[in-house]
Amino acid sequence: MTQANFASLNVGDELPSLTTEPVSRLTLALYATGSGDHHPLHLDQDYVRSKGIPDVFAHGMLGMAYLGRLLTQWVPQGAIRSFGVRFTAITQVGERLVCTGKIVEKLVQNGENCVRLELTCANEAGEAKHKADAVVALA
Amino acid sequence: MLIDKKHIGMKVPPHSVHLTAWQLKWFAKATGETNPIYFDEEAAHKAGLPGVLAPPTFFFCMDMDKEHPFDYLETMQCDLGKMLHGEQSFNYYQPIYSGDTLDFDGEITDIYDKKNGALQFVVKEVKVRRRGELVGDLRSVMVIRA
Repeated sequence: MTQANFASLNVGDELPSLTTEPVSRLTLALYATGSGDHHPLHLDQDYVRSKGIPDVFAHGMLGMAYLGRLLTQWVPQGAIRSFGVRFTAITQVGERLVCTGKIVEKLVQNGENCVRLELTCANEAGEAKHKADAVVALA
Repeated sequence: MLIDKKHIGMKVPPHSVHLTAWQLKWFAKATGETNPIYFDEEAAHKAGLPGVLAPPTFFFCMDMDKEHPFDYLETMQCDLGKMLHGEQSFNYYQPIYSGDTLDFDGEITDIYDKKNGALQFVVKEVKVRRRGELVGDLRSVMVIRA
């Protein structure tokens, strides 16, 4: 990992992007195990059809976990001060997700040099699934 | 039916969770994580960490790790089949690792609606402590559709 450095970064700089494998039913089953979230909306096609929904869909927090990977492949996790997401669309089985981010502000927060990031998790067609922001402290 | 705003300020029943390397290993597999400090205890120790590092969203999983994770919505008589996750955010103060036991202490901080009650929003804020020390906090917005 090349260490991100406060002085050399500028507003508008982009983070190295992250593209996932297509989200499969197996992904959702594994995520249920790892997260402890076994809600049938993500696992049980009979249940979702009974609710008038055509198919199971991804946990929103799976997409946020991918955005977390976008951050931790860029800086050590201990640099992250805050991280928030708005869930704007549902991720369907078969979609590959593309996580991107850019610096929108350089700031000093609690005496630390920080950057504020805008992050997006979208499908390959560019439909945003989650919009997020994070504050990261940099040396 | 609109949720009664008297629930603003309601405490969520507190709970504690012991964080295991086993669960973090499955989480890493599910999310495609390739850095072994997130799933391999030996690699984490070699990196100087006391255990496997929990990734940035894992507070949420631990907060849900109870028999009735949406007990507070049930108290408000919400239909959990009509629930959507609207927003989620975290503040981080200390890293957490496998082997840690964490205490979750939550409160309902806001209830509001939009579109004449077609969408209702319940905001929960949770403080996470390890042996009394604040290590992080969470803010969740759940959306209840009419």
